[in-house]
Amino acid sequence: MGQYLLIETHDPFTAADGGGTFGLGRRLAEEHDVVIFMLQNAVLATRKASSAAAALTPLRGRATLLADEFSLRERGIRDDELAEGVRRASIDELVDLVVRDGRKAIWH
Amino acid sequence: MGTLTIALMDPPYETETTTTALRIVDSALRKGHSVNVFAYEGAVNLTMAEQAPHANPVKGTSVEEEAHPTTKDWIAALFRSAQGRLSWVNCGLCVDERGAGKWIEGPVRGSPKEFAEWVKSSDATLVIPTN
Repeated sequence: MGQYLLIETHDPFTAADGGGTFGLGRRLAEEHDVVIFMLQNAVLATRKASSAAAALTPLRGRATLLADEFSLRERGIRDDELAEGVRRASIDELVDLVVRDGRKAIWH
Repeated sequence: MGTLTIALMDPPYETETTTTALRIVDSALRKGHSVNVFAYEGAVNLTMAEQAPHANPVKGTSVEEEAHPTTKDWIAALFRSAQGRLSWVNCGLCVDERGAGKWIEGPVRGSPKEFAEWVKSSDATLVIPTN
């Protein structure tokens, strides 16, 4: 079983390829350990009020869904606004996933 | 402790990715890791020594009031805190194309060969592409 870290930075409504990361994560999670780390405008998809959050639903329980706390804070997104299954995480956690755990990282 | 190699391509003041990348470098250094940065394409402009903060004529604020950050100051601060654990290579061809050869103390000129060697010798590599 491989360990993957998919880093998404794009707002889901800016480009049509934003959903590609979630689709890739869903397929990888069928056989591998997957973490999806949302940074920058990608955290806009983590709000349960956003229709983009629906793309995260199939990943719930299959992949770890993390949202960068700095990006959330910059955009004024509170924990109680996050979609189910999404957890606030620090950049330190991202560094641990890459360096300590040696996950294969793909940045989009 | 490990070694993290990062490839960066975004020029300064264009996207949030630069801030994120420097946050990652800072975090890795604080954790005691060594960090290699290969600045490619527009990222070679990040360390240009003559970057200067500016006032804001729209708001009527001074340079001091604006406290405008520059990427070269952020990176210089990372070099100071790294205590020898930060290596930074600016792609030579990219530097020549952009006339970006005058940079702060710390970075050195190199080529993708250095990046390939770093990838082989590092514990982890993060390639941060442009949008």
